[in-house]
Amino acid sequence: MATPLLSVSSLTIGIRRKGQPDTVIVDSLSFDIQKGERFGIVGESGSGKSLTLRAIADLLPKGVEVLSGSIRYDGAELIGMPAAQRRKLMGPEIAMIFQEPMTALNPVVRVGEQIAEGPRRYLGLSKQAAAELAIEMMAKTGIPDPARRARAYPHELSGGLRQRIMIAMALSCGPKLLLCDEPTTALDVTVQHQVLRVLEELCADSGASLAFVTHDLAVVNQTCTDLAVMYAGHIVESGRVAEVFSDPRHPYTKGLLDSAPDFDQPDRELVSIPGFPPNLAARPSGCPFAPRCQFAVEACTTAMPPTDEVAPGHFAACFESARIFEGAAA
Amino acid sequence: MLHRLRFIPGRLVQSIPVAFGVTLIVFFMARLLPGNAALAILGQQANAASVAALSKQLGLNQPLWEQYFLFIGRLFQGNLGTSLTYQIPVSELLSQAIPVTLSLLGLALLLALVISVPLAALAAFRPGSPRDLGVRAFTLLGQGMPQFWLGIMLILLLAIGVPLFPVGGYGNSPADHPYYLFLPSLTLAIAMCPTIIRSLRSSMIDVLGSDYVGTARSKGSYGAALFRGHVLRNAAIPTVSVIGVNLGFLVGGSLVIEKVFALPGLGSIMINAIFTRDFPTVQGVTLFVALFVVVVGILTDVVYTMLDPRVDLSGKENA
Ligand SMILES: Nc1ncnc2c1ncn2[C@@H]1O[C@H](COP(=O)(O)OP(=O)(O)OP(=O)(O)O)[C@@H](O)[C@H]1O
Ligand SMILES: [Mg+2]
Repeated sequence: MATPLLSVSSLTIGIRRKGQPDTVIVDSLSFDIQKGERFGIVGESGSGKSLTLRAIADLLPKGVEVLSGSIRYDGAELIGMPAAQRRKLMGPEIAMIFQEPMTALNPVVRVGEQIAEGPRRYLGLSKQAAAELAIEMMAKTGIPDPARRARAYPHELSGGLRQRIMIAMALSCGPKLLLCDEPTTALDVTVQHQVLRVLEELCADSGASLAFVTHDLAVVNQTCTDLAVMYAGHIVESGRVAEVFSDPRHPYTKGLLDSAPDFDQPDRELVSIPGFPPNLAARPSGCPFAPRCQFAVEACTTAMPPTDEVAPGHFAACFESARIFEGAAA
Repeated sequence: MLHRLRFIPGRLVQSIPVAFGVTLIVFFMARLLPGNAALAILGQQANAASVAALSKQLGLNQPLWEQYFLFIGRLFQGNLGTSLTYQIPVSELLSQAIPVTLSLLGLALLLALVISVPLAALAAFRPGSPRDLGVRAFTLLGQGMPQFWLGIMLILLLAIGVPLFPVGGYGNSPADHPYYLFLPSLTLAIAMCPTIIRSLRSSMIDVLGSDYVGTARSKGSYGAALFRGHVLRNAAIPTVSVIGVNLGFLVGGSLVIEKVFALPGLGSIMINAIFTRDFPTVQGVTLFVALFVVVVGILTDVVYTMLDPRVDLSGKENA
């Protein structure tokens, strides 16, 4: 297999404390994203999805840092790379779209100028040419009357338009990897649909890969080719979207699928997962999901289960996977 | 942009009753000062007859309210009366003093910004670092020093110790003025800095932690470009009103500083006028200061509106 575009291995993110053990938030995460792949990361709130993306973009909040592990982009190690060199990747190679289109745009700068900023810096365009490119990008994201809208301030635009602006901005330098942190969560369902379509089409056109964080399984199903399911800072299951959805091999994934509404089977009863995610400061030893897992056995609470390849390209970290899903696997 | 400045005429109209109120207060406050202007002019040794004659000539024997209406009537004709001490129109006195005080304030504001913006940025980019602590120590120190004392220290240091600047005065030609105004402006600026730095520092920290600065960083923006393009203007917005309020207080401070540096501005005139019971001059200066505060209030809102496209003070909903 060719070198993956992005290869994350044993990535551990947390807070360093003097004289105390570090607080680990994301625990030895590993996944690869191939060129052109659309990779979804799902999981409950607080499972560390945003921090994982931010670690890739070097945008971790103050105090939170990468404790160990490696992030390779196109073969080059990002962890420990000089800041100036790493910054040059942001825009032309890697771009990011944030969850909140209201707060992610500078309120006092016209949106057209905000889109033009990256191209001016990286593509060496004149002010005029960058402004034209911005309008062109806005048109590509389906913003009506882009020349006029380019002169608007963020507060003058609707949430859907603002998120299209974010997409136009992220794609303006032709990145090869687009990091999306719940880009549609703040939008209502119809707008959400349109924005996802635009995102998908533009990525397909430019061949950009996508790392797509969400807690919405329907969105993953619609947008992504592959996914990883995160729970409390761990990837508990990963594989092709279709396969994981039809044949989940981790009780947490199964629980997530059962708790999500299914439009094909509207009568199916929704089952919520009992209990709450663990407190990060008092992390249980063993499988983090064990305290909430109805199938947990003795072994689950003592050691972290290894990640097994349960089927070609399909991984799960559960001791009891074979037993629990025996019937389903056949 | 322009349509959001429609609030200005309305604000000017609103300030008319305020100005009226000010004239009332100014007029009667000035009369509350104990002592007789005629006596003050003629000196303690003057005989009773000449004091009575001068009082009559100055109209000091008429009932207060009559004097007030006379004052207002003249005011409408742009006549502020005649200085009792100098026997020249108050407006003439003011027209010489106002440029001095305004240049002092303007230069002080400029210096305050030149000092505050970099210091606040130094502190805000690394909160908790030694340089942040240094900046915070400076603001505490700046706040603890009385202005007149600071002025005297600066004279001792930079005019007498190392004779870089004049000890006082305003200079003879317009080209000299900035040179003479530098130390007094610096004194006022240092007094103004702590408030500005504190406000800027905290808003810069907020802005640096905001999502849109994250977005800017994700576009590869950093350092000076990030600061100019995304941090400064957003951080300045809350600080503008802080500066507006402080300019009002600063006028009070400038009166004392002018005395320390022997500047022929409103402060010097005002203090002399109070000691000699020169009512028309006291009224003129106070009226000007009150109008200045009103105008600064309006200017603050103008700057605020120009910095922040979300602000519309004209009272109409955004389309
Ligand atoms: N700045 C921070 N300082 C300390 N802890 C943080 C910080 N940001 C996030 N965390 C912790 O890291 C954990 C993971 O946060 P993260 O934002 O990655 O979650 P998430 O999976 O994106 O959740 P959501 O779906 O709510 O966005 C959270 O439990 C949170 O407590
Ligand atoms: Mg998140």
